[in-house]
Amino acid sequence: MTAIPPTTLTDPTEVDTRKVRGLTRAEQRAIAAKGRLSSPWASGIAIVLAILWTVPTFGLLVTSVRPRSEIRSSGWWTFLQNPALTFENYSEVLFGSSTSFATFFVNSVVITLPAVVIPISLALLAAYAFAWIPFRGRELLFVAVFALQVVPIQVTLLPLLRQYVSWGLEGSFWVVWLSHSIFALPLAIYLLHNFMKDIPASLVEAARVDGAGHVTVFFRVLLPLLTPAIASFGIFQFLWVWNDLLVALVFVGGTTDVAPLTVRIAELAGTRGSQWHLLSAGAFVAMVVPLVVFLALQRYFVRGLLAGSVKG
Amino acid sequence: MDWLLQPDTTAEKLTLMVIAILLFVVVMGAILLGIDRLKRAPTWVVVLGFLGPTLLFLAFGLLYPGLRTVWNSFRDGRGRTFVGADNYVTAFTDDRFQTVLRNTALWVVLVPLLATLFGLVYAVLVDRTRFEYLAKTLIFLPMSISLVGASIIWKFVYEYKPVQGNIQQTGLLNQVLVWLGMQPQQFLQDQPWNNLFLIAVMVWIQAGFAMTVLSAAVKAIPDDIVEAARLDGLHGLGMFRYITVPSIRPALVVVVTTIAMATLKVFDIVRTMTGGNFDTSVVAYEFYVQSFTARQQGLGAALAVILFVLVIPIIAYNVRQLKLAEEIR
Repeated sequence: MTAIPPTTLTDPTEVDTRKVRGLTRAEQRAIAAKGRLSSPWASGIAIVLAILWTVPTFGLLVTSVRPRSEIRSSGWWTFLQNPALTFENYSEVLFGSSTSFATFFVNSVVITLPAVVIPISLALLAAYAFAWIPFRGRELLFVAVFALQVVPIQVTLLPLLRQYVSWGLEGSFWVVWLSHSIFALPLAIYLLHNFMKDIPASLVEAARVDGAGHVTVFFRVLLPLLTPAIASFGIFQFLWVWNDLLVALVFVGGTTDVAPLTVRIAELAGTRGSQWHLLSAGAFVAMVVPLVVFLALQRYFVRGLLAGSVKG
Repeated sequence: MDWLLQPDTTAEKLTLMVIAILLFVVVMGAILLGIDRLKRAPTWVVVLGFLGPTLLFLAFGLLYPGLRTVWNSFRDGRGRTFVGADNYVTAFTDDRFQTVLRNTALWVVLVPLLATLFGLVYAVLVDRTRFEYLAKTLIFLPMSISLVGASIIWKFVYEYKPVQGNIQQTGLLNQVLVWLGMQPQQFLQDQPWNNLFLIAVMVWIQAGFAMTVLSAAVKAIPDDIVEAARLDGLHGLGMFRYITVPSIRPALVVVVTTIAMATLKVFDIVRTMTGGNFDTSVVAYEFYVQSFTARQQGLGAALAVILFVLVIPIIAYNVRQLKLAEEIR
């Protein structure tokens, strides 16, 4: 798209169709779009928005590597006038006895992995049944599961907590895994069902005619084809669990051995809200994993997003 | 075997995690293998194997607790006696809750509109430009971080230092005010404007979602339509107003309603930034406070049910719009 010399684009209104005949449609549209952006207002607005969306995070990132005394006495934008760099904030927040984010980091990992693997596996099986096993009442059951997406998890929290307490399981990893798995199921089933329906029926039927049971069809035929869909929902669920505050707060609260990073950092913001050297570094410790996962797998994430909202 | 419930070292935690996953795999594997072995298993056995665990989970974790909460919302703070609609009356008439409801309405109206507006404008502006991928990633990134993290980022932007002597502002927004020759403000405490500054955080996060979905919709507008409009002399704002927006109407509806629903349930931002003080509480946060801090179980349950009921019209509208869109097609 960048092969066209920009000099011909000074005024988009002059790029009429005769001149650009011989280019593909996409190229013509690219020219038009560039014309649009070359209007100073449009590019101005785009740049202002991009800056507005980036600067707050950037400011906190710069702050997290400034010495404590500097953070208190001057703004992060003075960093270049007085460039003192330190990683002490990070080491204090990770290993300091009063913060020990390293422990909570491990907790977050331990919470997240099973809470991603379990609901996806269950949802895959359920979606398969809804898509490819004909049985009586299937439609009705699917609509019921679909409708459960509407239920806000708030409605379920207190009765669930009671149940966990009566089993003596509150404040353990088990209830966090279980809760996250349950809450993820309706959306996961719906999304994966959409993806499964896209697979040609002939493929499944051929395998069935050959005498393959449903279990075989599921593992041999469908699962390999569904890898992108699984990746899409996996990232979704990963971000949701890693970033969750409510579920963790309710079910494990302040239990140091179980609580994830989000709970800890929210607590820190409440009790030591002016200690920005800890808050800034702590926030980035909590953000680094989702940021990396997100940047690496953005494509799949976007796909999942579009499948969930536009196809519906 | 204490560590199965209360692991304290990292090694124990990781082992426990592996055990949990293995346990799940073994149980599910056994069920599926069993089905596979049974030649000519009746359909219902197969269905039960595929669907059973899921239905059990859903009934236990969503259906039953949901009904239970509806029941609790008609009972007193400790769930002992039936109080009729008292909790709902309190939630709708009490002064404190009036503010909560007003704030929630403000959130649910402003966040979807502003996030969609910014997302749409940005999606159209960067569409098919050289920097599209980078430009979109920048706006999209806030979606990947937690609401708690986002709250901290913005709390720092709003940071206020009292004006005295040589003290410099460390919050960016107040520094901007100082540069402009104005007085620094306590953005998170000055009512009622503080609500808007909290809402800004959610807009900041959701705009990326709006942009992504709308950008895909904009790209899907057929070239013929765009070209025909251009030949008719439509450009810039005219094109945006008469071609782009009408063509992506279904996507717009989905985006607005999805964001509205997400906004209704947000409590992390309020909790992290103001703790519900200075008249900034919303229903989702008040639910948490009443249920888990104030131990007003009945009231908490009523607020949760209100949250649930508020979601329904949004979804109904969404489904109706989707049906309409399909009929037109």
